[in-house]
Amino acid sequence: MSSGTLYDKVWNFHQVKELPGGATQLFVGLHLIHEVTSPQAFSALNEKNLEVKFPNLTVATVDHIVPTLNQQRPFSDPLAEEMLTTLEKNCKTHGIKFHGIGSNSQGVVHVMAPELGLTQPGMTVACGDSHTSTHGAFGAIAFGIGTSQVRDVLASQSLAMKKLKVRRIWVDGSLQKGVYAKDLILHIIRLLGVKGGVGFAYEFAGPAIKKLSMEGRMTICNMAIEGGARCGYINPDETTFEYLKGKEYSPKGQEWYKAIKWWKSLASDSEAKFDDEIQLDGSSIEPTVTWGITPGQGISIKEKIPNPDELPMNEQQIAKDACKYMNLEANQPIEGTLIDVCFIGSCTNGRLSDLQEASKIVKGRKVSSGIRAFVVPGSQKVAKEAKQKGIDKIFLAAGFEWREPGCSMCLAMNPDKLEGRQISASSSNRNFKGRQGSANGRTLLMSPAMVAAAAINGKVTDVRKLLQE
Amino acid sequence: MKQEFPKGEIKAIRGRSLVIKGDDIDTDRIIPARFLKCVSFSALGEQVFADDRKELKGKHPFDLAQHKGSNILVVNDNFGCGSSREHAPQALMRWGIRLIIGESFAEIFFGNCLALGIPCMTSSKQEITKLQNLVNENSNQIWDFNLKELSISNKKESFKLDLEGGAYKMLFSGKWDATSQLLDAEEKINNTVKDLPYLNNFK
Ligand code: SF4
Repeated sequence: MSSGTLYDKVWNFHQVKELPGGATQLFVGLHLIHEVTSPQAFSALNEKNLEVKFPNLTVATVDHIVPTLNQQRPFSDPLAEEMLTTLEKNCKTHGIKFHGIGSNSQGVVHVMAPELGLTQPGMTVACGDSHTSTHGAFGAIAFGIGTSQVRDVLASQSLAMKKLKVRRIWVDGSLQKGVYAKDLILHIIRLLGVKGGVGFAYEFAGPAIKKLSMEGRMTICNMAIEGGARCGYINPDETTFEYLKGKEYSPKGQEWYKAIKWWKSLASDSEAKFDDEIQLDGSSIEPTVTWGITPGQGISIKEKIPNPDELPMNEQQIAKDACKYMNLEANQPIEGTLIDVCFIGSCTNGRLSDLQEASKIVKGRKVSSGIRAFVVPGSQKVAKEAKQKGIDKIFLAAGFEWREPGCSMCLAMNPDKLEGRQISASSSNRNFKGRQGSANGRTLLMSPAMVAAAAINGKVTDVRKLLQE
Repeated sequence: MKQEFPKGEIKAIRGRSLVIKGDDIDTDRIIPARFLKCVSFSALGEQVFADDRKELKGKHPFDLAQHKGSNILVVNDNFGCGSSREHAPQALMRWGIRLIIGESFAEIFFGNCLALGIPCMTSSKQEITKLQNLVNENSNQIWDFNLKELSISNKKESFKLDLEGGAYKMLFSGKWDATSQLLDAEEKINNTVKDLPYLNNFK
């Protein structure tokens, strides 16, 4: 049993009571909702004649289904329009703040909430979306929930939950030039496996983590769930406070100082007990790319696609499946793999610094002919700030498309889809079969800078080569 | 015949079984993302495993005539990984599934099934393989699941199954519908609110 960790402390603050089944009733400090997983929850609420208990603790936006070319209402897809109007109606009926299209604060829920200062250390954050783990970057306990639990949180601002074990992942050293938070988390998932974190919360710590910006930290925590850990978190520190200072929903005046004091007290104690500890060296990590159909099937840019027969027994079957589906050959270097589509965006890597790093690679170069490359900012705010810095111009000049904010081709619930067997270089978080909108489309996950490099060369490229030139 | 959705105590389930083989079958496969565009769950049953079914052109277990009306699904390892979307268990439930047996389940998927009154029972790899083979030998046989005995059996064989204690109690008592239970604690919820620094100006 862990003790003295941030997870334990935040858990204790939010414990309502022990439930008969052995679960805990846990209070939810911030509930985020979007158009995909909330409508059924609201109807269930209505069926049971229940009210939203704390409407001011739920915040809504729209992200999954929004088109990125033309956001004029009504949307041309009637189903998408229906989902959005349903959410608008539900928010209005129940007095929930909605950050809609054209509000300047709409965006992918895991991008817009942090940038508004809604996500703060010490909170419990829940959302009907598995990448809710993102918010753990602030030292919050944040986890994805299903639609029934969305209903429960709306009705009671709490849910039934089992306490997780805590594994500390300590990363020494610092990331090399051309290696980003995305590479680090892909590397960790490769090491521990996509199921390695089941039953655990991941605490990411150590010098390499401390040096990351808040945006890098969000990338790490975002993908904790891809490693099986329902939540991942990082202890709050000066970087966290600096980021939060002055944000719309951050505490102000005297409260700010009191808040910092409380936030500091939440960090895991130096003598905290973890259920498990793992240590790795961040300096030795190289740009990492997935070649298969799970985020755990990653290799460094210098490696070859593994031969399934040479992998540990339990990885062989899925590796064979992956080789077949991806139509990639074992023992071939991943570098040089030809691609069709480049996507920069998503709640993993659709933030300002992601676009900025990618734009450095793109600047003064051209997208390779025949490649469709596009950038989808994670939120209205990201889009605005990027434009102020002229980042959109750099991408456009190189031949990228510059789109309106949304989830877009991360899961292709809007018109942005792969076609047929197309293969993408993508800064998103999932490479599952059919994930990007075509039942046999293929996805290679990598950092946004690596996606940019792939766009320029038309094939998987070690971004460090373009950084040197 | 359309079965009713689960309600009340879930102590026994009787019916025919079908098998979906493979580890790490994620929720995107159970219900591809393009079907999530709905404001109600009602049509999901027909779309379950849509892409896999399309690929197999009528040969997918969920399309085979002999499996029509089956209500017990036997799977392998880490079933339901990936996205937390409840559309996946909803789609399975609306197709007719009332019980899932496998080597292991992704956590969120397990919880989402529980919240619908669908038990996700586990057993060892060997046992599951044996059970899957038996099921595939004769898809017409009737299986009896007994929660109290943690077992599933046909006329000849019985398999021991596992379920962690909390979920067991919830299904056994019929209290897997969490909302009412949570609302019982209204006063305690209000007390928790009073003690949370960030909801009280960090006093
Ligand atoms: S960007 Fe992708 S992973 Fe993130 S919330 Fe949207 S669909 Fe989900």
